[in-house]
Amino acid sequence: MTLADAKARAPHLAVAQADAEADERLMLRLAAFCEQFTPLVALDPPCGLMLDATGCAHLFGGDAALRTSVLQAMARLSFTGRAAVAGTPDAARALARFGAEGVTPPGEDEIFARPLSIAALEAPRETSVALTRAGLATLGDLADRSSAALTARFGDETMRRLTRILGREDARITPLRVLPDCMVERRFAEPFLDLSAIEHVLRPLIAEAMGLLEKRGQGGRAFEARFFRTDGAVRALCFETGAPSRNVEALLRLFRLKADSLADPLDPGYGFDVIRFGVLNAETLAQSQIGFERRDAQDGDFADLVDRLAARFGRERVLRFAARDTHDPLRAAAYVDAAASPSSPPGAWPKPEPGEPPLRPLFLFDPPQPIETMAETPDGPPMHFKWRRVRHLIARAEGPERIAPEWWRNAAGARRRTRDYYRLEDRDGRRFWVFREGLYESETAAPRWFLHGLFA
Amino acid sequence: MTHPLASLRKSLACAYPAAAFETVALGAPALDRRLGGGILRAALHEAYAETAADAPAATGFALALARRAMAGAEKPLLWVRQEALTAEAGAPYPPGLADIGLDPAAVAFIRVRDAREALQAGAEAGRCAAVGATLIELFGAARAYDLTASRRLALAAAAAGAPIFIVRAGAVSAPSAAASRWLVRALPSRPLAANAPGSAAFAIFLLRRRGGAAGQERQEWRVEWSRDRGAFKDRIFDAPSLSRPVASLSVGGAPDEGASQTAGRKFG
Repeated sequence: MTLADAKARAPHLAVAQADAEADERLMLRLAAFCEQFTPLVALDPPCGLMLDATGCAHLFGGDAALRTSVLQAMARLSFTGRAAVAGTPDAARALARFGAEGVTPPGEDEIFARPLSIAALEAPRETSVALTRAGLATLGDLADRSSAALTARFGDETMRRLTRILGREDARITPLRVLPDCMVERRFAEPFLDLSAIEHVLRPLIAEAMGLLEKRGQGGRAFEARFFRTDGAVRALCFETGAPSRNVEALLRLFRLKADSLADPLDPGYGFDVIRFGVLNAETLAQSQIGFERRDAQDGDFADLVDRLAARFGRERVLRFAARDTHDPLRAAAYVDAAASPSSPPGAWPKPEPGEPPLRPLFLFDPPQPIETMAETPDGPPMHFKWRRVRHLIARAEGPERIAPEWWRNAAGARRRTRDYYRLEDRDGRRFWVFREGLYESETAAPRWFLHGLFA
Repeated sequence: MTHPLASLRKSLACAYPAAAFETVALGAPALDRRLGGGILRAALHEAYAETAADAPAATGFALALARRAMAGAEKPLLWVRQEALTAEAGAPYPPGLADIGLDPAAVAFIRVRDAREALQAGAEAGRCAAVGATLIELFGAARAYDLTASRRLALAAAAAGAPIFIVRAGAVSAPSAAASRWLVRALPSRPLAANAPGSAAFAIFLLRRRGGAAGQERQEWRVEWSRDRGAFKDRIFDAPSLSRPVASLSVGGAPDEGASQTAGRKFG
């Protein structure tokens, strides 16, 4: 029926454009909500969710009770749905969409699936038409035929689907999120409303998870606290540590920092149904022993501080310097994530030679700042230069220190020129690091000058 | 019988642990004498850049002080910097850090959005006993840095026993709980051979010192930072007269006084 037809029949029809993206967002939100039933949830397009309840159903009192809880939870969010529990994902989908809903006892997928119409195969239109014309109405009819002949006629895909719906071949779903290494949760009989008491819930949860990790000789690097709200909203708070940790108080402190730094604070709304704490990433961590060396303890304290600062300000803001083996001043030093990378080994940074003044500036401009200069000779240091509308009269100069570009890095076309660096000091005692780009005459006719750094 | 003063001293010593008065000598004898041994270790210190262009000098001065304070202890320096400063004065360059005597491997660097965050990070770091010194660079007026904020930092420094340095550029000095406040200006260095710029030199002016008699310190000090000794040096003589016209300033001409200390300097 066309829209015009529909409007002619029902003039007050409300019309909205289909928005596939919004649908998918909604399904993702529902999937997150369903993670309170099992951590293995996958989208089942176009409008289904697949929950792998293996090993979870008994927590809800069996398959039937789990199915009821899911439907009830959906009804609370004002969604109606069809749900089926079966041995394979395909069987469950076929039963929910085309058959009687409900629970299939283990191993009886085929019995329940046989009466389904061949539409349940969700095969391309020409396949279903051909099957109907051949007089095959149900999956049972199809199952009784020789599969080799059917495969030759209708293709591999259709037949694989049939065997899966009949439960003859099992398939796994690909969950939306990776299963945490370790997971503990609290369910509340009444929705949990008091945000100020949240740490009283989290502390034992974290302690429980750390106990599990300790038995495995592991410590966590990445953590996640998930809050499932009664109204379906799910909020996750992730935080990380630089080194594997099992320190409950330190983790709680990180959680607090993270929660405080949220632009959109944690809001219980009508209350949390479930609070879950997961260790997303665990690494080997030996049983801790109080060391005799103070250094270790101090390093630990410092790593702890780095974690706290990273949790508060973001990991990309807490940095360490890493040395690179290159003569190119721009590439000689890198800023790296302090929490993720160990400090560079002693001797990584070149030791300045005794008796030399500082040869490299304390601050570097990236990109270098263009300056206007006046030099006595084309290849000499400038006599004065103008930077940010201020003229600096040069009193002392040293140079040039010629730094050639790393030709093996030059992309074709983007040729970088040789740079002649000068250390300059103006009459007020300010020290600058400037360079002239390009060799006069051989590389360029009019070399340009740049200010690259400032000395203390 | 003990002298009443002696017993008073004893009770005072109990009330104020010696650590609270531990000083860090700057290494320049005349200046240290004037400061009564140096600057307090477990305290907050401020360095103001005289003009915006002196910001690198103020940071360099504070870094040198931090280097003095951290000597011997294998604790890292925590450097908190307001992001806006990168556009203004460039980003810290680790080889340059090594060139003034700090090991870049022993520095953690935090880039924050505004002064409020800088102070939060600084206080968090200053409280941590595993940190050798904390350096906080603020940009501009930085309203968040008020008496309360400085008091918080001073207490953190006292608790952790490590100094916190505040470096400010483009700001006027305001009342604070700092133990010392310096006004820093870049000073022409002592030239090396061939009139090359020498080691970092600073003209520093002690604006305020807790416990120091007012007015007593109203004097500008000229110091030079010697990386090799890891100490400041008094600059008793002045830089050569800078009032010569530009034209006669030949860049190649070696002035007389720098020649003595430049023996053995290699040119590459």
